[in-house]
Amino acid sequence: MSAFADDPGHETASAMAAPSPMQVRDRLGFRFWLPAVWIAIVVALATTANLLPLPSPIETDFAALSNWPDRTHWFGTDQLGRDILSRAIFGARISLTVGLLAPALGLGIGMLLGMAAGYFRGRVEAVIAAAMDAVMAFPGILVVLAVTAYVGASVPLLVIVLGVLTVPTFMRVARANTLVFAQHDFVLAARAMGATHWRVLSLEILPNVVIPMLIYALLVISRIIVVEGVLSFLGLSLPAPWPTWGNMIADGQVDLATLPYIPFIPAALMFLTVLSINLIGERLRARTDLRGSAL
Amino acid sequence: MSPAELLVIDDLSVTYALPRGRRLMAVANVSFTVYRGETLGLVGESGCGKSTISRAIMQLPPPTGGSVIFEGRNLAKLDTATLRRARKRLHMIFQDPISSLNPRRKVGDIVAEPLAIAGIGGTEDRRRRVRAVLETVGLDPDQIMDRRPHEFSGGQCQRIAIARALVTEPQLVICDEPVSALDVSVRAQILNCLEDMKTRYGLTLLFISHDLAVVKNISDRVAVMYLGRLCELAPSARLYAAPLHPYTAALMAAIPVMDPDWSPSPSHLLAGELPSPMNPPSGCRFRTRCPRAAPLCAARAPEWQEAEAGHFVACHFPLVASDTISPARQS
Amino acid sequence: MTDAGPALLEVNNLTTHFHTPRGPLRAVDGVSFSLRRGQTLGIVGESGSGKSALARTIIGILSKRRTTTTGRIAFEGRDLLTLSEPDMRDIRGRDIAMVFQDPTSSLNPVKRIGVQITEVLARHLGLRGCAARSRATELLTSVGLSLPEERLHQYPHQLSGGMRQRVAIAIALACDPKLLIADEPTTSLDVTIQAQILDLLHRRQKAHDMAMILISHDLGVVAGYTDAVAVMYAGQVVEQASTRSLFRNCRMPYTAALMRSAPNLSDPPHTRLRAIAGRPPDMVLPPPGCRFGPRCDHATDICRNERPTLSASDAVGAHLYACWHPVASPGASA
Ligand SMILES: Nc1ncnc2c1ncn2[C@@H]1O[C@H](COP(=O)(O)OP(=O)(O)OP(=O)(O)O)[C@@H](O)[C@H]1O
Ligand SMILES: Nc1ncnc2c1ncn2[C@@H]1O[C@H](COP(=O)(O)OP(=O)(O)OP(=O)(O)O)[C@@H](O)[C@H]1O
Ligand code: SF4
Ligand code: SF4
Ligand SMILES: [Mg+2]
Ligand SMILES: [Mg+2]
Repeated sequence: MSAFADDPGHETASAMAAPSPMQVRDRLGFRFWLPAVWIAIVVALATTANLLPLPSPIETDFAALSNWPDRTHWFGTDQLGRDILSRAIFGARISLTVGLLAPALGLGIGMLLGMAAGYFRGRVEAVIAAAMDAVMAFPGILVVLAVTAYVGASVPLLVIVLGVLTVPTFMRVARANTLVFAQHDFVLAARAMGATHWRVLSLEILPNVVIPMLIYALLVISRIIVVEGVLSFLGLSLPAPWPTWGNMIADGQVDLATLPYIPFIPAALMFLTVLSINLIGERLRARTDLRGSAL
Repeated sequence: MSPAELLVIDDLSVTYALPRGRRLMAVANVSFTVYRGETLGLVGESGCGKSTISRAIMQLPPPTGGSVIFEGRNLAKLDTATLRRARKRLHMIFQDPISSLNPRRKVGDIVAEPLAIAGIGGTEDRRRRVRAVLETVGLDPDQIMDRRPHEFSGGQCQRIAIARALVTEPQLVICDEPVSALDVSVRAQILNCLEDMKTRYGLTLLFISHDLAVVKNISDRVAVMYLGRLCELAPSARLYAAPLHPYTAALMAAIPVMDPDWSPSPSHLLAGELPSPMNPPSGCRFRTRCPRAAPLCAARAPEWQEAEAGHFVACHFPLVASDTISPARQS
Repeated sequence: MTDAGPALLEVNNLTTHFHTPRGPLRAVDGVSFSLRRGQTLGIVGESGSGKSALARTIIGILSKRRTTTTGRIAFEGRDLLTLSEPDMRDIRGRDIAMVFQDPTSSLNPVKRIGVQITEVLARHLGLRGCAARSRATELLTSVGLSLPEERLHQYPHQLSGGMRQRVAIAIALACDPKLLIADEPTTSLDVTIQAQILDLLHRRQKAHDMAMILISHDLGVVAGYTDAVAVMYAGQVVEQASTRSLFRNCRMPYTAALMRSAPNLSDPPHTRLRAIAGRPPDMVLPPPGCRFGPRCDHATDICRNERPTLSASDAVGAHLYACWHPVASPGASA
């Protein structure tokens, strides 16, 4: 924490302003940057996978069945001779797509409902809360099972089902935050100036609610990546031969005793990614948490 | 309504719904008039309904009974669009300057918001007006327009809030405890600033505060409330010199004096049972704690009468000048 | 202040720095005082002078990552700065309670009042169910809230500002603390209820021998309800004396200016108030000499270059002030 003393003479203009809680923030530190770099790498590889000089992730190379990692196949090949590095990178695409889109869907709907519930209260809140209870009462995994059995697995389906399942938690977080900010006098002031409900919600409340929501979304993303992993492990995500981290682990576990690297590599990638997202989320939350720092 | 009357509150009542179908009448049949160019102070026990009155004037929420007549128009009868237009002529300043400014918006935008809502001027015109008003409240627009409220002290935030309230050049500004959260020296700055603004913009103020010295300093007339009703209203010098209502006298007696030898003795305290706002005492609402209470006080609510020119009081047995001492000390 | 009896709280050279991007902000800078049971210390000073920071340092609720605290806070002989967080949590609320400056943000907006009070009773006193409810009702009655039973079912936003503040006071008094730190406990109360609350605190103090730190902007309140007063300016104590001595015979120009700026009841309406010109210094880069220097009418060269230390004016050593050119107030010349 000694890193601050480095620019003492900086900005005399701010002498007029009493520094207040929010202005005071420490540097993010390596516990933020290390995970952030990892995520950046994973995202960059996943998005450019088509352009990279990688062997096909689904093509079988009978000359190299179950090769341990070596010079040509950095992460080795699996039982069907497919390059694990390539599969891991293409697999990341599915994990990340589902991991990002499902929470985005949940965030969008949940925030809208939560803000409405927290701002209008009364009957609006009661109706929304009841709807959320209904969603929560749904056995999520069973829904996925049933639907995939009926129409077959696909990414959009997964995104929609998982997204809807996250709506209630997002709604709660948004509602709690809205409740807090709606009590502030700036909301009353805006109403007193003649602002419409829509203007109050979008200009006064949304900017305050959206930041804690995005940070919370990071935690949901990491959870969804795991859930997607579990689903594809169970064969409920994308059908083979397309790789996902989950089905790679599933394929690998058969020969766990003899070829431990096959399931280990996707598992490690998933672990690192989820851990990184959590670390970033924690760090950001600690930094923007007004309650914790406010005097 | 004479042109001198800017705001007429007539028989105003506000009722809140409580859980289990019960109701709380926070303001009951209050009437008073605010004249153009004056500062009317409003004091009273905590929870007696002062903020409720100020919110009722702003129609947030509208009162449950009576009328608020502003510039000759009954605000409750206006349709939404007309009311929205009327709002730019009447503004509010709140107690907590930090909480009344949105922490995520820039000061320039915050102060321009009333103009944006009222649809006044273009971007450039608004900017010019915002700069002008920030300057008049004693802030440097270049330094602060692009910063956010959390970078400023409470006193500076309150100046920003005042600037926001003045930018549409309103007629009436309702100040709900505008200086309670500020320390003595900043409080003096803000009060001086409000006085200056009043002369400059020809404002009328409704000024709510608990600090009776502050109220005396800024007000031309002062109204005293107890449990949702008005007790007394008089020119400030007169009210402080010779209160007629026993509750006003009790308030005066409780003002802490800046003197270490003044020892607060329990006899200053109002004795008696706290009345329930849901089930107020019959007759005079102050009777459960009034040292002068007599059977008549329980039987009949005292009339609002003009005891002397411009000095109104609601009491069956008002104090006379000779016994304006703490009622508690008499018993 | 020099009476016998061991100190309940002894603060020694306490310093709290907030880490800011521009460097450490010295919110509390070398503060020392001691407080015995049953005594009240008043703290006055301008906004931002570090009063709340001092209070929060004592009760140990500043984030360890964002602040650095040095010095010693001995409470009943134990140094609070060296205690572990669980030990500190035990003390907080039970032995040392605090009423926060802003009752709106210290109460949870989504929990009913009753729940918030009974939570404290359960944690520190193990009271539950009916016993807790009746104790909660009792507490609300004692702070002069009408309809106490009804209030238990309400949410904070359904109460007026002053009522919320009294709920916060009730919560602080729930466990009969040995030390109460009241950060502007009566700012949103009218004078009769203020008198009632202060009287309640005073009686509690007598009954339980409770010590109190009373932070207030209202010099009248401080004059009436404290035994000693510390005046803070820019993180430092600039004058410290018994209440009587301070109000009768203040020496520091800042204290004098503070007293002058309050509106006086005997003045007619619209009297111009004597505000202190200028602003408090930037506490990341305070001026080298006296911190009040830039705003002080009496400042000379020495004030600008050398910092005056807090020292006693007389042989008894009870009236401390930090100033090169102390003012002699009218009472003192006699
Ligand atoms: N939203 C609400 N729901 C229910 N009751 C309310 C609500 N707002 C206020 N009240 C009640 O109305 C009464 C008056 O409250 P109000 O806020 O007007 O008091 P006040 O005079 O401004 O007090 P203070 O000086 O403490 O701010 C109180 O009894 C309060 O509990
Ligand atoms: N969380 C924080 N991080 C950094 N600086 C802070 C923080 N909280 C307060 N400060 C700064 O510390 C200084 C002391 O603040 P503090 O809140 O203790 O003042 P105060 O004397 O209680 O003022 P007031 O009378 O307005 O309550 C101020 O300059 C303030 O800007
Ligand atoms: S009417 Fe009666 S009870 Fe009411 S204030 Fe007057 S004397 Fe007291
Ligand atoms: S030391 Fe000098 S500048 Fe500081 S208060 Fe005393 S006279 Fe004023
Ligand atoms: Mg109020
Ligand atoms: Mg403070």
